[in-house]
Amino acid sequence: MSARRLLTAGIAAALALGLAAVLAETIPLAERRSGFDFMSRETQAMQRDDMSNPGMLSVLEGAELWRTRIGKAGKSCADCHGDAAVTMAGVAARYPGFDAAQATAIDLAGRIEQCRTTRQDAPPLAREGRDALALAAFVAHQSRGMPITAGDDPRLAATLDTGRALYGRRIGQLNLSCANCHDDNWGQKLGSAPIPQAHPTGYPIYRLEWQSLGSLQRRMRNCMIGVRAESYAYGAPEFTALELFLMSRAGGMSMETPGVRP
Amino acid sequence: MTPSRRALLGGGFGLASILIVRPAAATPEGMEAAIRQFAGGSPITRGRVTLDMPVLVENGNSVPLVVSVDSPMTEADHVTTIALFNQRNPLPEIALFQLGPRAGKAWVSTRIRLGDSQTIVAVARMKDGTLWSTSAELIVTLPACIES
Amino acid sequence: MARALINLPATAKRGDIIEIRTLVQHPMETGFRPLPNGSLVPRHIINRFECIYDGATIFAAELHPAIAANPFIAFKTIATRSGELLFRWTEDTGEVREERATITVT
Repeated sequence: MSARRLLTAGIAAALALGLAAVLAETIPLAERRSGFDFMSRETQAMQRDDMSNPGMLSVLEGAELWRTRIGKAGKSCADCHGDAAVTMAGVAARYPGFDAAQATAIDLAGRIEQCRTTRQDAPPLAREGRDALALAAFVAHQSRGMPITAGDDPRLAATLDTGRALYGRRIGQLNLSCANCHDDNWGQKLGSAPIPQAHPTGYPIYRLEWQSLGSLQRRMRNCMIGVRAESYAYGAPEFTALELFLMSRAGGMSMETPGVRP
Repeated sequence: MTPSRRALLGGGFGLASILIVRPAAATPEGMEAAIRQFAGGSPITRGRVTLDMPVLVENGNSVPLVVSVDSPMTEADHVTTIALFNQRNPLPEIALFQLGPRAGKAWVSTRIRLGDSQTIVAVARMKDGTLWSTSAELIVTLPACIES
Repeated sequence: MARALINLPATAKRGDIIEIRTLVQHPMETGFRPLPNGSLVPRHIINRFECIYDGATIFAAELHPAIAANPFIAFKTIATRSGELLFRWTEDTGEVREERATITVT
């Protein structure tokens, strides 16, 4: 290919990405609506009532894990972090964050994992395993009602760009991007289900379809499988980048963990 | 066997990849038989029982249900049992609730699973042995983007 | 079995009808779910729930696989006497889980 063609292709790509960037951030704050708003009255009632919300059972489990001493260090989360209601308030709302040690973006599950293995000297928890989800639910629950602030860290700018690009990229046999549904067609029906705006306000969620608690990554896997694409693996950097972008795009919205979703 | 909604919507957004292996489902006749067994030969009258359920079900895995019976719940006149049945799940029985005069009110709230759009029937047995019932018709819809 | 959440008023007047709400963590495995190899995940459910208060079983339920995972059961009872309420969930394996709550009745 000639240099000129390469340049044209490069500009076209940059324009496409730029256009995708404009399209991907077009939901103004005033119009941002949580997945909660697209659910039936009954499912909303299930989330609202802590006595009825199955996610709260996982939060309870997480609270106990928080206090449990483990690993060669014989320490619990509480031994260092004290009362989670105080020390973890606002934390989940600003994740994914920047891990200085690895100079890379890290999600909440990754951070909890890092603490376990390096500071508690305990074996790692399986991502999407019951204990990992219970701990994440407990920690994220401490941010319930607080506004999402993730995405502002300048050290995460490159990761945010990657997330934005992934969000706007068409994938799978159905050749659809996240933006095609969640920016261009939110509020419309897909099959019989309303398409939400895809704001990760309630994670980990109790999804009725799963009959259990699950992470944002699991939910995104469902979407990727839905468009007949090969999903990223759990813990993949693509997922962290996407989560960072989605959280940034949801800036100002309230955390709801544990959310209930159909 | 009536094809389920999942099988019928096979052409859509990822749904074609789903193969649901369905066991022999309960049928309206199966439900009638289960209700007759519960009734033990006594006649059932429609009335006094209320089923409160959403008409349009967002996800069949968890469907809220409130059943109540118009009864003074005194020692002499109270509900002893409320039985719930369905038409199209693999089994016709859902649950059996045992109450008594200490309940104060014949009222139970729970969440059930529905494999398909169908009719739910609630039958209440009174202390005097009489049976009362009501039914509800529900439409079960599907979520998008599920696990393969 | 794992966690359970129980909600009832801490205090009540004698004769009040109170609402008791319970939520227990359990997959309520129906026995009809197919594995990728075609075999079925074996049934494993809570099949009985009861509440014992002031000397009697004031509510009981027989549960079948059609009860949703993480069973939510709410019911009413008359506040008769201060004391303990015992909640018991029994699995089809025979395993039993119990939780207790107290109420003050004036």
